[in-house]
Amino acid sequence: MSSNALTDSGSAGRAGDKIFSTAAMVAGSLILFVLFCVAVFLVKESIPALTADPADLKGGVSFFAHIGALIVGTLIAAAIALLLATPVAVGVALFISHYAPRRLAQGLGYIVDLLAAIPSVIYGAWGVTVLAPALVPPYVWLAENAGWIPLFTGPASATGKTMLTAGVVLAVMIMPIVTSLSREIFLQTPKLHEEAALALGATRWEMVRVAVLPFARPGIVSAVMLGLGRALGETMAIALVLSSGPMIASLIQSGNQTIAAEIALAFPESSGVQTNALFAAGLVLFVITLAVNMVARWIVARHKEFSGAN
Amino acid sequence: MSKRIDVADLNVYYGNFLAVEDVNINIDAKTVTAFIGPSGCGKSTFLRTLNRMHEVIPGARVEGKVMLDGDNLYGSGVDPVTVRSQIGMVFQRPNPFPTMSIRDNVLAGIKLNNKRISKSDADGIVESSLQGANLWNEVKDRLDKPGSGLSGGQQQRLCIARTIAVKPEVILMDEPCSALDPISTLAIEDLINELKNDYTVVIVTHNMQQAARVSDKTAFFNIAGTGKPGKLIEYAETATIFSNPSVKATEDYVSGRFG
Ligand SMILES: Nc1ncnc2c1ncn2[C@@H]1O[C@H](COP(=O)(O)OP(=O)(O)OP(=O)(O)O)[C@@H](O)[C@H]1O
Ligand SMILES: [Mg+2]
Repeated sequence: MSSNALTDSGSAGRAGDKIFSTAAMVAGSLILFVLFCVAVFLVKESIPALTADPADLKGGVSFFAHIGALIVGTLIAAAIALLLATPVAVGVALFISHYAPRRLAQGLGYIVDLLAAIPSVIYGAWGVTVLAPALVPPYVWLAENAGWIPLFTGPASATGKTMLTAGVVLAVMIMPIVTSLSREIFLQTPKLHEEAALALGATRWEMVRVAVLPFARPGIVSAVMLGLGRALGETMAIALVLSSGPMIASLIQSGNQTIAAEIALAFPESSGVQTNALFAAGLVLFVITLAVNMVARWIVARHKEFSGAN
Repeated sequence: MSKRIDVADLNVYYGNFLAVEDVNINIDAKTVTAFIGPSGCGKSTFLRTLNRMHEVIPGARVEGKVMLDGDNLYGSGVDPVTVRSQIGMVFQRPNPFPTMSIRDNVLAGIKLNNKRISKSDADGIVESSLQGANLWNEVKDRLDKPGSGLSGGQQQRLCIARTIAVKPEVILMDEPCSALDPISTLAIEDLINELKNDYTVVIVTHNMQQAARVSDKTAFFNIAGTGKPGKLIEYAETATIFSNPSVKATEDYVSGRFG
């Protein structure tokens, strides 16, 4: 007996495996390669700006002095957007997945998906023509009654084109995508665990708390991160809605600027090393986005033991 | 604890499909009752109507009465949440909450309704429930580890511990051993024997020996054909069902001649 009957299995099935694993590998490497190329390009274009004479740069300050305010502005805009959008998105997603009657849920889900497809410039136009004027009275009120909080120091902007307005527009813009993804995850909660909760005498909300939310938590984080990515990189909406200026603490005065909007607004009229500075700003945005995502992954991974993956 | 169940003229529908027809059955407190019958005859469907778990399925509804010590579960104004906190359920596949530790799994039902309990009370409940489920010795050193890290049989006993922690009157079990090995199965059967000192237990099983070993009374359900409703054919002392049933179909089924 020299031949082992177990060795010559059908080779047709194996070919499929090979093709698939090769394709998956190529696709995976391609993503890494593109990411790598972008990083190399950004770094290469950035270097002249980092070493440039401040006098050649916009505002006459060194790149590092300039970028600090933009980083803060970017993070504040994104933070406002997340703070406002996440609870609403999760709430709406839960309503669609676990509360609404089936017909209503389908309609709502469809509308949310449509909202996610609206280009950001439309949100920006809405923000500047409708939302900003509408927010002026509340801002005035805030300045009068909560003005002692640095975030709401008056005088309130007369146009409403402020950081807070920009944050609200971003929140409205990212809400559909976060809602849509969260809903998909909520719907995947194992029936088994939902029934386990109900059989213990859980109300619907308790069932959501005990079975649905813990199951969905990593997915919610991913959904929020996608939304955050959009918020960090949003250009048009901010460029339209925010009347930018130097960094200030108050969210209801004009002022502050984000990296993405700064790049978009300054790019057409820049040349030479000023353009390099904009690329450097882009590099910073790239790094911020990566860092935020890694932190989020790390948070999710910390709870892996209890994730139900085992 | 432990109450009796009396079911009168119960029909169960999935939409327009009549799945179980005209069941009348009286289950005494502190007994173990086994439901047996071929696949698809409506055992699970009927069992779930005993704590209104069928309402989770869209379109499922019942006609008739289920009385828990004289109170109709389907009376107007009765909240299914209250019903389920008094009539617990153990499922076919062990389903501990994967994101919770063993301890938190046991306390999951207690902590509902935002009930606050002191740590020492909680410790007491965790120990007594796990003792009650014959699991304490195996897990007492790792109460803070995830429940999903236990073996299937241990997980099922954890689910039983979780159920008895809320001190129900009745425990319903739908094929609780079908995903388990023979040793774990025996452990659960021993447990069921002990549970009947405190609880009314109703168990669905495909295993005749199991029905014979654990139950005081046995109910045989059957179905005339696909698309026909399931019916309760015979309900009697377990010894009678297995040795001297009065209906031919029961005898055929328990002797393995069909199904
Ligand atoms: N969710 C559902 N929707 C519609 N029909 C259902 C549903 N669940 C069960 N049925 C139908 O109800 C009938 C009884 O099913 P049930 O699951 O109660 O049987 P069973 O006796 O528990 O079977 P098994 O021994 O295989 O678990 C079957 O005809 C089944 O197809
Ligand atoms: Mg069944």
